[in-house]
Amino acid sequence: MLKLFTRTAGLKDRQTHYCPGCTHGIVHRLVAEALTDLDILGNTIGCASVGCSILSYNYFNVDMIESAHGRAPAVATGVKRVHPDRIVFTYQGDGDLASIGTAEIVHAAHRSENITVIFINNAIYGMTGGQMAPTTLVGQKTTTAPKGRDASHCGSPLRIAEMFAKIPGASYIARVSVHSAKHVRQAGKTIRTAFAYQQQGYGFSMVEVLSTCPTGWGLSPVEALDWLEDNMIPYYPLGVYKAVETIS
Amino acid sequence: MGRTLMKGNEALAEAAIRGGCTHFFGYPITPQNEIPEYLSRELPKHGGVYLQAESEVAAIHMVYGASAAGGRVLTSSSSPGIALMQEGLSVLAAAQLPCVVLNVQRAGPGIGGIQPSQADYHQMTRGGGNGDYRIPSLAPATIQESVEMMSEAFEIAERYRTPVFIVSDGMLGQMMEPVEFKKQKKEPSQPKTWALTGHQGKRKPVIIKTMSLVPEILEQNNQNLQRKYRDIEEKEPKFERFRTDGAEIILVAYGSTSRIVKDSIELLKRTGINAGLIRPATLWPFPQQPFNEISHPCRHVLCIEMNCGQMVDDVRLSVRERFPVSFYGRCGGVIPTPGEIADQVKKLLGER
Repeated sequence: MLKLFTRTAGLKDRQTHYCPGCTHGIVHRLVAEALTDLDILGNTIGCASVGCSILSYNYFNVDMIESAHGRAPAVATGVKRVHPDRIVFTYQGDGDLASIGTAEIVHAAHRSENITVIFINNAIYGMTGGQMAPTTLVGQKTTTAPKGRDASHCGSPLRIAEMFAKIPGASYIARVSVHSAKHVRQAGKTIRTAFAYQQQGYGFSMVEVLSTCPTGWGLSPVEALDWLEDNMIPYYPLGVYKAVETIS
Repeated sequence: MGRTLMKGNEALAEAAIRGGCTHFFGYPITPQNEIPEYLSRELPKHGGVYLQAESEVAAIHMVYGASAAGGRVLTSSSSPGIALMQEGLSVLAAAQLPCVVLNVQRAGPGIGGIQPSQADYHQMTRGGGNGDYRIPSLAPATIQESVEMMSEAFEIAERYRTPVFIVSDGMLGQMMEPVEFKKQKKEPSQPKTWALTGHQGKRKPVIIKTMSLVPEILEQNNQNLQRKYRDIEEKEPKFERFRTDGAEIILVAYGSTSRIVKDSIELLKRTGINAGLIRPATLWPFPQQPFNEISHPCRHVLCIEMNCGQMVDDVRLSVRERFPVSFYGRCGGVIPTPGEIADQVKKLLGER
């Protein structure tokens, strides 16, 4: 029988710990496919970060290092400065990248550190139990914003892709989503492009991936996909925010 | 090679290059700035990488990444900067990654001042980060010893796979002395088979991590670390004894303070008082042997520090109440004079 769809060589043969309906699994697959397609699995070093994806080192079939909360871009910098010819990426959530790790991520982009950042924006702290994130939408209820996020009390959600497009050192900044098959395909292409930027030495590349957290949001997996489309995309528009060069 | 007159901080930086340092990450802070300034100029000439980080927090995590990738990595800072690095130091210790961290101590607490101090003794020996870990702390008293310890620090770091501190201070860092560089080993003794290099499809992926959600596994990891620390405690304590034979009082001091104490001992000798010095050259592991060997005619032990009394805890634990232990210190960046220490000794002996 002809197998049309198989496990990618970029992932280990291991079941993930993610909740049902969580889109981390899809994004893992897209990153793994990109590394496989570009034939760089054996040449890649990944930096896992604190949050639900900390255990991603168990799934990616590449050398991996765990990073303290928010520090993955600094860790990736250390790795890359020892191995400038290796492909180095971080995989970070919104609490990690957009809150506790803002200094590290801004300065990695500012130095045009030649790394690729996969930034998962699901508008909530998933691992710790659904607390408010810097990306939580105004009015969105969380365990620490029980009446919904009040912008007058704790500010408006951070738009990371827009912010990083303004940093001179950034070479490729895009925002994608994984709430439909069409968007998943587009996200895969975008992630591959971001790694190609690194491969060709253009410097810092980042893909922000709008993702769902059905458990944290208190929705079913299908409702969560709809909620993302209806609520997140209007505030976080998809697209390529910066591309210093057209490469495929 | 002959002797060169060098500033303490610059001598440390030069020794790091000669000791095969491949990567330096750091953030400016007084009184250690000559170290990154020297390395930014000289390390690239030797094929190394100097990178200024956005903070001490970032610097220590760059050290972590570079060490995990197999580099021979150094950072330097001063007291409040080291406090910021404690998160990363705990991670480095837990992940068993080698690196060398220089602390050119200044006075605290808080932002404190920029004058010499030894108020980081606890920070250097007790671990300021979370969890059960230890970091070997080498404490030079001269610039010559600083450069020798730099080479030794990389060796210890790689042999035991641990961060290592070199504990200097604003006085040792800023003063000049003649120094001789001896031939140093640049390559690690053991190949770093554990390092991140990319698996090239030839081996299983390397995973460097410290998290474990299974208590029994994490307990085992802790016990493995503790076994290593017991080994270091057995093999690595270093100390100097100065005129301890026949001394009626033993003074204890480390680093630059120990040099002042040697002058006090000279002054006391002239007044007919035989005083000796025990100088711990490693703060952790703290040398037990010279304290076990204190004997008659010693009547008193006096610990002198540029702080409000920190090492004196270890002195008391080591003396085990065999002799009375007192403390004298100056702090805030004030340096004690040989005369005032000698007066303390006279007062103590006179009181008896």
